Amino acid sequence: MRAFYGTELANPLMLGTAQYPSPAILAQAFQASEAAVATVSLRREGADGAGNAFWQMIRKLGVHVLPNTAGCHTVKEAVTTAHMAREFFETPWIKLELIGHTDSLQPDVFQLVEAAKILSDEGFQVFPYTTEDLIVGERLLDAGCKVLMPWGAPIGSGRGLNNTYALRAMRAEFPDTPLVVDAGIGLPSHAAQAMELGFDAVLLNTAVARAGDPVLMAQAMAGAVEAGRLAHTADAIEPRDMAEASTPVIGKAFLS
Amino acid sequence: MKIILNGEPREVSAQTLAALLDECGLPRRVATAVNERFVSADARGTVDLQDGDRVEVLGAMQGG
Repeated sequence: MRAFYGTELANPLMLGTAQYPSPAILAQAFQASEAAVATVSLRREGADGAGNAFWQMIRKLGVHVLPNTAGCHTVKEAVTTAHMAREFFETPWIKLELIGHTDSLQPDVFQLVEAAKILSDEGFQVFPYTTEDLIVGERLLDAGCKVLMPWGAPIGSGRGLNNTYALRAMRAEFPDTPLVVDAGIGLPSHAAQAMELGFDAVLLNTAVARAGDPVLMAQAMAGAVEAGRLAHTADAIEPRDMAEASTPVIGKAFLS
Repeated sequence: MKIILNGEPREVSAQTLAALLDECGLPRRVATAVNERFVSADARGTVDLQDGDRVEVLGAMQGG
């Protein structure tokens, strides 16, 4: 498995921490998912210290923490958020989100490349949330990124992999770069498909957190990424248009 | 002195960012920015607040 800035992940699942029915279910879902990475965010803190209580709970999960710049629309906003996240969460990892479109939450890839360059130069280890565009991927690597995280479909849409052709092309174009499908996963079959394509990890949140039974869905996702990973390693057959009998014809009795 | 703390106008007597956190009963384990610029925890005691400053005090939050 390709390492993420030198860190080998025990499991190819990255799980978000938002939208769970309760903190207890969040913790159980993480346990069931065997996720190696938890994404977190920064928001305004009050005198009640709610943020600290949440942070203590996340620390107890014993997973790698990947802070995001969710909701940022400008380079300046994202870079400042990254600085604040690095200090608070004590990690150089940053999931860089630069949102360009309100309805689809499509990344603004022009600002993304600019912010990725600034942050990489400052020693951040950037996980850019990007599109499946190959040239943008190249620019992000040029900017210093050593991981790419193309979307499968818009965040929270649960539509799965909208463009498997492009994701397959990305895998072929960047054979040494860890690739993560980030966003759009709705079902375990979507997560398995990403892993079958040879992706190194899947990042999802809503599919588990908003399921009727998040803990059960977390368990299903764990099985799916493992099945997909094994399938990729096993070198699957090529699809063909016509049937090819699997049962040998030699030795068949003459009975007609 | 009137400042904007996390988007809300506040009348405060604190002269520095560190003193502001104490005055408003905010935890120390936060990340801070003044007028859209990051202020590290080490620098909070040396940042003098001015009338009208916009202060952001952030903590951990659920995220995807």
